[in-house]
Amino acid sequence: MTTDVIQDTDHQHDEHHDHKMTGLKRWLYTTNHKDIGSMYLWFSFIMFLVGGAMAMVIRAELFQPGLQIIEPDFFNQMTTVHGLIMVFGAIMPAFTGLANWMIPMMVGAPDMALPRLNNWSFWILPFAFSILLMSFFIGGGAPNFGWTFYAPLSTTYSNGSTAFFVFAVHIMGISSIMGAINIVVTIMNMRAPGMTYMKMPLFVWTFFITAYLLIAVMPVLAGTVTMVLTDTYFGTSFFDAAGGGDPVMFQHIFWFFGHPEVYIMILPAFGIVSTTIPAFSRKPLFGYSSMVYATASIAFLSFIVWAHHMFTTGMPLFGELFFMYCTMLIAVPTGVKVFNWVATMWRGAISFETPMLFSLAFVILFTIGGFSGLMLAMTPVDFQYHDTYFVVAHFHYVLVTGALFSIYAGAYYWLPKWTGYMYDDALSKWHFWCSLISVNLLFFPMHFLGLAGMPRRIPDYALQFADFNKWVSIGGFAFGLSQLIFLAVVIKCIKGGKKAEAKPWDGAEGLEWTVPSPAPYHTFEKPPKID
Amino acid sequence: MTTKEYETYYVPAQSHWPIVGAVALFFIALGAGKYVSMLESGESSWGGWMLLAGLAMCIYMVYGWFSNVIQESMSGKYSHQMDNSFKQGMSWFIFSEVMFFAAFFGALLYARVFSVPWLDGAGNNFMTGEVLWPEFTATWPLIKTPDGTETTAMGWYGLPLLNTILLLTSSVTAHFAHVALEQDKRKQLKVWLGLTILLGLTFLFFQVEEYAHGYSEEMKLYLDSGIYGNTFYMLTGFHGMHVTLGTIMLIAVFFRVLKGHFTPKNHFAFQAASWYWHFVDVVWVLLFFFVYII
Ligand code: HEM
Ligand SMILES: [Cu+2]
Repeated sequence: MTTDVIQDTDHQHDEHHDHKMTGLKRWLYTTNHKDIGSMYLWFSFIMFLVGGAMAMVIRAELFQPGLQIIEPDFFNQMTTVHGLIMVFGAIMPAFTGLANWMIPMMVGAPDMALPRLNNWSFWILPFAFSILLMSFFIGGGAPNFGWTFYAPLSTTYSNGSTAFFVFAVHIMGISSIMGAINIVVTIMNMRAPGMTYMKMPLFVWTFFITAYLLIAVMPVLAGTVTMVLTDTYFGTSFFDAAGGGDPVMFQHIFWFFGHPEVYIMILPAFGIVSTTIPAFSRKPLFGYSSMVYATASIAFLSFIVWAHHMFTTGMPLFGELFFMYCTMLIAVPTGVKVFNWVATMWRGAISFETPMLFSLAFVILFTIGGFSGLMLAMTPVDFQYHDTYFVVAHFHYVLVTGALFSIYAGAYYWLPKWTGYMYDDALSKWHFWCSLISVNLLFFPMHFLGLAGMPRRIPDYALQFADFNKWVSIGGFAFGLSQLIFLAVVIKCIKGGKKAEAKPWDGAEGLEWTVPSPAPYHTFEKPPKID
Repeated sequence: MTTKEYETYYVPAQSHWPIVGAVALFFIALGAGKYVSMLESGESSWGGWMLLAGLAMCIYMVYGWFSNVIQESMSGKYSHQMDNSFKQGMSWFIFSEVMFFAAFFGALLYARVFSVPWLDGAGNNFMTGEVLWPEFTATWPLIKTPDGTETTAMGWYGLPLLNTILLLTSSVTAHFAHVALEQDKRKQLKVWLGLTILLGLTFLFFQVEEYAHGYSEEMKLYLDSGIYGNTFYMLTGFHGMHVTLGTIMLIAVFFRVLKGHFTPKNHFAFQAASWYWHFVDVVWVLLFFFVYII
């Protein structure tokens, strides 16, 4: 009986090797997790450049005080669409792309659990962003109400783009939810025999928990945009006091999604650096199980801190206090993580390959972002910081030097596995150092601007902010340009270079390094044995 | 080595359905976006047509995709593990639906407990009440909004109560159908499943009646009648859409039963539809309690 099964299934597999198509159809119809992962990664990089171009427009306008280049309304469109693209189009798809590529290989599965759904989750994304970008050309312009689309800016005072925005977000949400379901099911159901939960790489754990967050909060976002839609076009008054609703209610529902969302963008980053730091320190990860529990606690706490974005809305005092303390509590599991990374490096035989450089920068700079977060978490002082450049500095430290840097760390770490070649080391170091210097020039002075009272989302500013803004803009342009180096590295690496071994990093651990580089089209069709 | 460990997971070869589905969704979203944007001006646009085209494509996609899956399943390509993937996928999908409803329940509770009383000066909002709408008194259901729109509340007796009984009964019949399937009693399976579908359709019929009653001159309960009407129609409306979807799933399953599909051990599609049905039932019970009774 047993042998029958083996023969039979082997035969099946030969069949679909033959079916591998080429050209455009391969990408449109693919069910292969590696193809889909690559598409996610490319898509996210393209979106990153598009969103980045908008950031350049913003920084050009803010280079000098006064209205220089663009109209205030267009400035608002730029900040809004920049934020939406970077969050939903660049960071999140990049993580999903990494998940697609790596999770099946890391748990020893032949593919994602629901391969066709996987294709659909990806392909609806470019369409969602086309709709968002088309809104620049149809109707009264693109969304201009901030990526947080607060009512009544997005309802009563909308420029007519709300409907397109809402439906685009619906598609992004569907994509995220379906992608997350696929991740959860793959991890729960497709692990190779012997791979118990506590033997999974931490990378897999963080994506597992993130996927739960996504399934829990993306539907709430869908509900929020739906209410915005009906308030704008169908006369409901969820967010309108005249009908018994409340604009502050919008903020509650939005941030109930929004805060877990920021953890959706950082937990996978934790997973990536928890992979690279041990590899280049040549030591196992310090405190593996405490990392798992810390990730889970952060995920849990992220559901009960949302109103720290709303301290200035006049919540009841009890609310202010509750959300302040809960927010500060998050610093504890986050601290556990930072401690563990440092302890992993302690007395390790560290080498500074590019993935490690990005990971080190991550640990230090993400921590700066965490500290400014703690400052913002204190209700009384947030009254001053709220809606200033201090907040902008905070979230760019956690998102750019945090999430984005971790994505770069991961990309450099696995590029040899994906392409079969080593990347150009010198060029990649240029990418790192240029990014590191320019990103700090770009975002560090924003702290001072914010403390001195410069409001965010304003195309003009008072004269005393001029010097810092000039330097910030210069840092911005430099950072933007530096990212093109990465594009060059990737293209070069795909084209060729030094052949990569199956395991190019001597300290690397995990099943993905047991298959050849580049990873064959199908891996682990029979589950590997784990001891 | 047991058989299970070597059972190969079926990874489908390429499929064109997802991309058809993606284009369909694009048409739906862009069409709906355009359509809704033009509502106010009353001009006609390409929006509605594009939306319809998208919906048609979507139906075609669902039909084609599911036919493929059914064929694969019937030809024995699926392992036990595959079945588990489907089951887990479906349960997490239902969980995401629960969270979607949670957003609207949250809005309902927030309005009731906070924003409506605050508008009447509760808590530290004395001046809000004085300055904005001094005439306004907080009640729930909110039958007179701050800006003076008046409406009437929908009682829980009559149609809503009847509908509750119908839907609860249908959950029981769906369960009996499942038991019959597990015992391989095909005839009873057909009867119970058919009954479930009938109960679902009756529910929908009465729901439409109730809306007609709400929109009558006598009640003046409209979607835009302030936060009470908003939450009432959005919650019952989305629930009704889910009942419709659930009924369609049950009907599809019914036809598959007629064709002789499903075995006592292997009947994922049946299970998925019945889980979905229980889920809409639970949502209704919550709705009945929060929207109608209290
Ligand atoms: C120790 C951890 C953190 C704490 C205590 C914290 C705290 C806060 C607080 C209190 C605010 C609101 C500031 C205001 O508007 O006045 C805020 C804003 C923000 N945080 Fe954090 N944060 C933390 C980590 C993160 C992480 C990891 C991310 C993302 C990866 C993140 C992303 C954001 C974003 C995007 C905003 C601004 C949202 C907006 O208004 O547009 N934060 N944070
Ligand atoms: Cu937050």
